Amino acid sequence: MTAVNVVASRVAARLPARKYLLVVVIALWVAGWALLRGRDTLQLGGAELTPLHVSLSEGMDAVDDSRNSNPFFLYFINYIRLFLDEAVTFVQALISQPSFGRPVPVLGWLGVVGVATAVAFLYGNRKVALLTAAGFLSFGVLGLWQESMDTLALTLTAVALSLAVGIPLGVWAGLSDRFHRVVTPVLDFMQTMPTFVYLAPLTLFFLIGPASATVATMIYAIPPAIRITAHGIRQVSHETLEASTSLGVTSAQALRHVRLPMAKQTIIVGVNQTIMAALSMATIAALIDAPGLGKTVLKALQTLDVGTAFNAGLAIVIMAVVLDRVTSAASRRVEAERRAGRQRTVLGRRLEVAGVLGGVAVLGYLSYTYVWAAEFPIEANLGSYVRRAADAASLWVQDSLVTYTDALKNLLTNGLLNPFETLLTDSPWWLVAAAAVAIALLVGSVRAALVTTAGLLVLVLLGLWQDSMVTLASTLVATILVMVLGVIIGVWMGRSDRADTVLRPLLDAGQTMPAFVYLVPILGLFGPTRFTAIIAAVVFAAPIAIKLVAEGIRRVSATTVEAATSAGANSWQLISKVQLPMARSAVTLAASQGLIYVLSMVVVGGLVGAGALGYDVVAGFSQHQLRGKGLAAGLAIVVLGIVLDRVMRAATERADAAAHGGLHGR
Amino acid sequence: MTVPSVAERSATDTDSPPVLAVRGLWKVFGPKAQSVVGSTLTRKELKEQTGCVAAVRDVSFDVRRGEVFVVMGLSGSGKSTLVRCLTRLIEPTAGEVLLDGEDVRKADDRRLRELRRHRMAMVFQHFGLLPHRCVLDNVAFGLEIRGVSKQQRYARAREVVGLVGLNGFENSYPDQLSGGMQQRVGLARALAADPEVLLFDEPFSALDPLIRREMQNEVIRLHHEVGKTMIFITHDLSEALKLGDRILIMRDGELVQVGTPDQVVGAPADDYVRDFVSDIPRSHVLTLRWIMRPPQPGEALDGPALGPDVVIRDAVHAVLSADRPVRVMDGESLLGVVTSAEILEVIAGGQHQ
Ligand SMILES: Nc1ncnc2c1ncn2[C@@H]1O[C@H](COP(=O)(O)OP(=O)(O)OP(=O)(O)O)[C@@H](O)[C@H]1O
Ligand SMILES: [Mg+2]
Repeated sequence: MTAVNVVASRVAARLPARKYLLVVVIALWVAGWALLRGRDTLQLGGAELTPLHVSLSEGMDAVDDSRNSNPFFLYFINYIRLFLDEAVTFVQALISQPSFGRPVPVLGWLGVVGVATAVAFLYGNRKVALLTAAGFLSFGVLGLWQESMDTLALTLTAVALSLAVGIPLGVWAGLSDRFHRVVTPVLDFMQTMPTFVYLAPLTLFFLIGPASATVATMIYAIPPAIRITAHGIRQVSHETLEASTSLGVTSAQALRHVRLPMAKQTIIVGVNQTIMAALSMATIAALIDAPGLGKTVLKALQTLDVGTAFNAGLAIVIMAVVLDRVTSAASRRVEAERRAGRQRTVLGRRLEVAGVLGGVAVLGYLSYTYVWAAEFPIEANLGSYVRRAADAASLWVQDSLVTYTDALKNLLTNGLLNPFETLLTDSPWWLVAAAAVAIALLVGSVRAALVTTAGLLVLVLLGLWQDSMVTLASTLVATILVMVLGVIIGVWMGRSDRADTVLRPLLDAGQTMPAFVYLVPILGLFGPTRFTAIIAAVVFAAPIAIKLVAEGIRRVSATTVEAATSAGANSWQLISKVQLPMARSAVTLAASQGLIYVLSMVVVGGLVGAGALGYDVVAGFSQHQLRGKGLAAGLAIVVLGIVLDRVMRAATERADAAAHGGLHGR
Repeated sequence: MTVPSVAERSATDTDSPPVLAVRGLWKVFGPKAQSVVGSTLTRKELKEQTGCVAAVRDVSFDVRRGEVFVVMGLSGSGKSTLVRCLTRLIEPTAGEVLLDGEDVRKADDRRLRELRRHRMAMVFQHFGLLPHRCVLDNVAFGLEIRGVSKQQRYARAREVVGLVGLNGFENSYPDQLSGGMQQRVGLARALAADPEVLLFDEPFSALDPLIRREMQNEVIRLHHEVGKTMIFITHDLSEALKLGDRILIMRDGELVQVGTPDQVVGAPADDYVRDFVSDIPRSHVLTLRWIMRPPQPGEALDGPALGPDVVIRDAVHAVLSADRPVRVMDGESLLGVVTSAEILEVIAGGQHQ
């Protein structure tokens, strides 16, 4: 107890000193920059390679060459690849690609619309069935039927496999504390690692194509399946389990009759999350040549064809909305059915199912047999109108908003981004490193400083110091913007129920939308620059930050707020002196989550002109001789993420400890 | 509603061997629990020195066939732990639990399941029902898991659902029922397997007072009808006195006193128990045996006669309206006499002794 006291008081006593030290460090850094500008900056041109990059490339070539000789490939990896390729190709043969010697897939558009609608009706309700029918028809109307079906095929295959792996593992993690402890950090890592980073290494093992895309999608989609299933199993009421045990159930019976049924609704929420994650990743996997809508968006982004990108982006959003609504309705249905009891007879349900299936069979047969039901009619293709309209709108917006967007762009670029970037990239690397370590030590802990030292050294060794600093500057600026938005809107949402009702659906939509889609309108507005990438990252990361802050504000006890109000605090005092300080842990959590989200958008930024690490990664996909550099850039992103995460965590812990000490007046 | 008094209900068999015998039972939570067994330190000292909590320490008692055995004590005194140790929902640290002479602690998993399925059943404070099953399926659950055919288990489930007065609610789901009705389902589920011993862990403390009284009467009625041995946990003294044939009082995991309600009220083992029972009107619990005195020479011995186990409250009218001392008779022999003086002393001073 006394030891804690001593430590706490020491922390409290040293806090102001730390602030001054921080200022001193930054002042020294700026002075050093002024004196030593341009020296030891470790610059490396876009196509330049270090020996490390070359040997990485060679290593990757060696792996390529050993693909048909190394037993690890021959007896393990190649089988998995074959299986995954076959699985995706099979689903594609069913719904999207010409197959079995026919010019069209087994199920034509009419059949697919029928099956999808029937599934939505049987597991969801009439409303989502209508939505599904409309959504699927719109794929054809947008002129993207085949692309949409390719995306759907990849997504569904990955989802099926993810659930087949994820739900059993989730149940295990729900039952066993030990497995839960082991698996949680692995899942944390899988979820925080920027998705693009593992695309390149995956292609090394599974080649470019559906197999790699499936594995990448699964890596991204399995964690929610495991986590949410485990949560569902764990939250089953202790007393109900005890009651069942007292009746003498075996553990298998407890799982089957008690845990699984009681966790069913939560597990379906997990299925929903898995599907959304899979769809988001399946579009991003276009970078490694996954078929489907993602590819259309990617190509359009590369040629800056806003209309086409918008059209395909719209199809992705529609697919996301349909899948989300159907699975949400299915999970609500579980609950509703339980409450309604057995009002509808089994017979009635059977008749309904038989009727629906009969209808589907007829549609499927038609689409199997007749061309008009197999190929979406060209007359109904309105895609070109949408493209042109989007182009026109984007031009108009660019023209008429150019003053504002340019002002914003210039303000942020010159006021925030450039100074940051100059300071980071123009100072000698050792000065930046020394300053960073000192800052990590001052705001965080000794351990954070050590991690920072190691991380920065790795960046130097990877030969990507400059690019890393450019990316770091963008990341920090984007995170600052995210936090500004997060705090302002989060506080507003936390204090006003009306704001919450209005904004929450928007944020939810923002979170379910696949990351690619953001780029399109922003690209339309700001053109291909660093700034576009930053805005895309902010749009991607802001919803989670806003939600977390709002949550924190809401959790501040009503009594405390009441007490402060009765003491005569005005709104501003209430926010700044009571609500924000009490929600501090939520705010820091929002910052670290926001940072991770921003970082995961960094590579996407590479597609739209952000350069630096993101560009290196993307170039690594497309140019053989840059593979090694791309891999190194991926590693650099991970290292940046780890360093930033550690420093942030240590800073949070320190702030918590200080607040704790302060709270009790020590 | 008239409820049979304690004396009328003592249908227990005092001579035959106990259904359940507990010997030197310990339950210690924490690291190196085994080494704490036998320790004489207080709970607080134990916690500080070893980090362990001795929830139950060295408890021994017998439960007779057919009796309602109440365990009571303040919150945290180890009642729930004790009752869970009996079916090893919590694994005891030391001691013996003998069910009809068989040591429950020595049973392997299969045997333990057998015991739980057929011999002992439990009713829980928060019911622990399966929300996704209707009442009938909840009640039949115990039979289902031991493989009874659908027809048989539904027949039996209907029977017990009727027994607890839930006719007509067979197809309702737990969240459509009130708390009291949910606990009736819990009761029916426990009864469905026709176990010898029923365990109750504060089954009514989540219910409001009126429903609680109703459910207590229900338990008394069921005890009459099915005659099960019941072990009933409560922290409510009046519930304990109302239901219990015998009461075990616990404090900090230790047994303080075991006895009939009138023994506990009339002769508290220590200040803790005395404090506990101080709010109870003694005249409602004590019998004439507790206040009778030897007849004084010259006293008239032809007054009305009453048995020694008549509760004072029920004798008040008879004693006060008689003009001679009331004789307390056990059959033909005279045990003592009671006059209005003794009665008034209990009623007037009873609450504060
Ligand atoms: N799983 C556990 N781990 C550690 N300590 C426990 C555990 N379960 C119970 N205890 C401790 O054992 C003691 C007895 O708990 P128990 O639940 O048996 O009390 P109780 O008499 O049933 O109380 P209540 O009336 O509140 O239900 C308490 O001090 C409790 O903190
Ligand atoms: Mg308890």
